[in-house]
Amino acid sequence: MSILVIAEHDNTGIRPSTLNTIAAAKLLGDDIHLFVATNNSELPNSASTIESVSKVISSVDDTLEHQLPEALAPMIKEVATSYSHVLAPATTFGKNLMPRASALLDSQQISDISGVIDQDTFKRPIYAGSCIATVKSNDSIKLITVRATAFDPVQLSGGSAAVESFDSVVSNDKSEFVNEEIAKSDRPELTAADVIISGGRGMQSGDNFHLLESIADKLGAAVGASRAAVDAGFVPNDYQVGQTGKIVAPNLYIAVGISGAIQHLAGMKDSKVIVAINKDEDAPIFQVADYGLVADLFNALPELADKI
Amino acid sequence: MKILVPIKRVVDYNVKVRPLSDNSNVDLNNVKMAVNPFCEIAVEEAVRLKESGTATEIIAVTVGTSASQEQLRTALALGCDRAILIESEENPEPLVIAKALAKIFEEENPDLIILGKQAIDGDNNQTGQMLSAILDLPQATFASKLVIEGQTANVTREIDGGLQTIKVNLPAIVTTDLRLNEPRYASLPNIMKAKKKELATKNINDLGIDTSARTEIISVELPPQREAGIKVESVDELIDKLKNEAKAI
Ligand SMILES: Cc1cc2nc3c(=O)[nH]c(=O)nc-3n(C[C@H](O)[C@H](O)[C@H](O)COP(=O)(O)OP(=O)(O)OC[C@H]3O[C@@H](n4cnc5c(N)ncnc54)[C@H](O)[C@@H]3O)c2cc1C
Repeated sequence: MSILVIAEHDNTGIRPSTLNTIAAAKLLGDDIHLFVATNNSELPNSASTIESVSKVISSVDDTLEHQLPEALAPMIKEVATSYSHVLAPATTFGKNLMPRASALLDSQQISDISGVIDQDTFKRPIYAGSCIATVKSNDSIKLITVRATAFDPVQLSGGSAAVESFDSVVSNDKSEFVNEEIAKSDRPELTAADVIISGGRGMQSGDNFHLLESIADKLGAAVGASRAAVDAGFVPNDYQVGQTGKIVAPNLYIAVGISGAIQHLAGMKDSKVIVAINKDEDAPIFQVADYGLVADLFNALPELADKI
Repeated sequence: MKILVPIKRVVDYNVKVRPLSDNSNVDLNNVKMAVNPFCEIAVEEAVRLKESGTATEIIAVTVGTSASQEQLRTALALGCDRAILIESEENPEPLVIAKALAKIFEEENPDLIILGKQAIDGDNNQTGQMLSAILDLPQATFASKLVIEGQTANVTREIDGGLQTIKVNLPAIVTTDLRLNEPRYASLPNIMKAKKKELATKNINDLGIDTSARTEIISVELPPQREAGIKVESVDELIDKLKNEAKAI
């Protein structure tokens, strides 16, 4: 049977997490359809060039601008009946939407898969990534969210999918969008960055994050943070890396003034190279770091910014 | 306003959980258990709504084994008025939990349900959304701010790109994120008082729901371990290693 992927997008472009999700779908079957619900009639056409997608199912309506789950989940329920698997990225978009669709289909969702064993069996991290469970699903339609960092993305181009429209838009009188504060930055996004430099409680203040930013600017890096730094108000919530924040796996992750709690490691320990800068030589972060520098960050960071 | 707060008994967040030696599941023998941290935030939010005069009654509910009474007592000590234990086998799936909670909703008719966005055992992040679907109610997940205005709630949500505010009609389901509040600790007098509060027990098999498991755990393993790295002596050495050894910059 065919595999359905729910596209995450911002109405102007398809989000990279969708491309990782399609990569996971390819391990389940070759006939991959992409569901695009948007207010932009151009978007489904531009999505039709994505590698490995054979059909785009497009639903275009002004009410779909904010893709609230009260409207989207019933639509997915209707579309899903002709598929064996329905996949979405395990981002806040997919985490919000998919369990709602799953319950409507009376299916027990498999969250945040990091591996595909066969059509029914998946690997997923549990207990903040302390363990990896292999889970088999016996539901006939499987709803799945995908950990983007575990699957290399397909290309945005190279495909030529047919575009088919799905017109039963569901009206939603239960919830409404009020506003959004989306962080704007010239730096790469955390989940797409090749290099990330993150600060923790050791940074002492939000102002001190400029020490990280000047290094980030030189390396083309994104800036992240621990929960403690977000809770303390140094930086906004979208910086948080970890079990309950963002999962990242860049080529290089530099943790500065971060102790290395298991909840933080859960979000970054699959990075290729890990550097830790911490003044406490016993900090647990050093147990996962390829290169550890025991130093006061207020000395090390300016020197690093200068010499890198 | 009546608030229903579903909570869960989980391993304490400081415990590093390991697989059983036969890899059939995780090893939970003799580990410390606690109220899931996101559920503590849910209880706190409900208690604050009661303290501010918005809420009149808070009911804590859990689906689990009789051992979960301990966590319900904690919720009572933190300010919930009464509690319901829906006795089930160990670790029911989120869909089953959501179906059981939906039955309690129908009996209690609360105006608001506040629960954690995820439990730190399975890290599923499903129950609130599933409950909303079953009850055909609006959902406001990953909340960092909750403002009740008459028959609606304005909820600010932590999303990947920043913050989103939505307005939902009540009754609604709200799931908590870390920044919603900082939970209090239970005081000794309140722990004593909680022992006298009502704790009702029901059996999940009497609710008339499908409790069958849809998934099986085939095995549980440790993730691949990272090889220990080295300590560098200076910023110069760090830059040299990153350039010439790791080729990461
Ligand atoms: C339910 C739950 C979910 C959570 N989710 C997450 C999550 O998603 N992400 C996350 O990160 N955490 C999460 N946490 C929190 C986690 O348990 C830790 O509390 C947190 O990661 C600690 O942040 P930190 O390392 O910045 O602070 P700390 O643990 O306080 O560490 C600060 C470090 O800075 C070092 N330091 C201080 N000053 C200097 C200096 N001048 N120079 C060099 N080093 C210095 C110290 O030696 C120390 O190691 C969660 C916790 C719970 C309960």
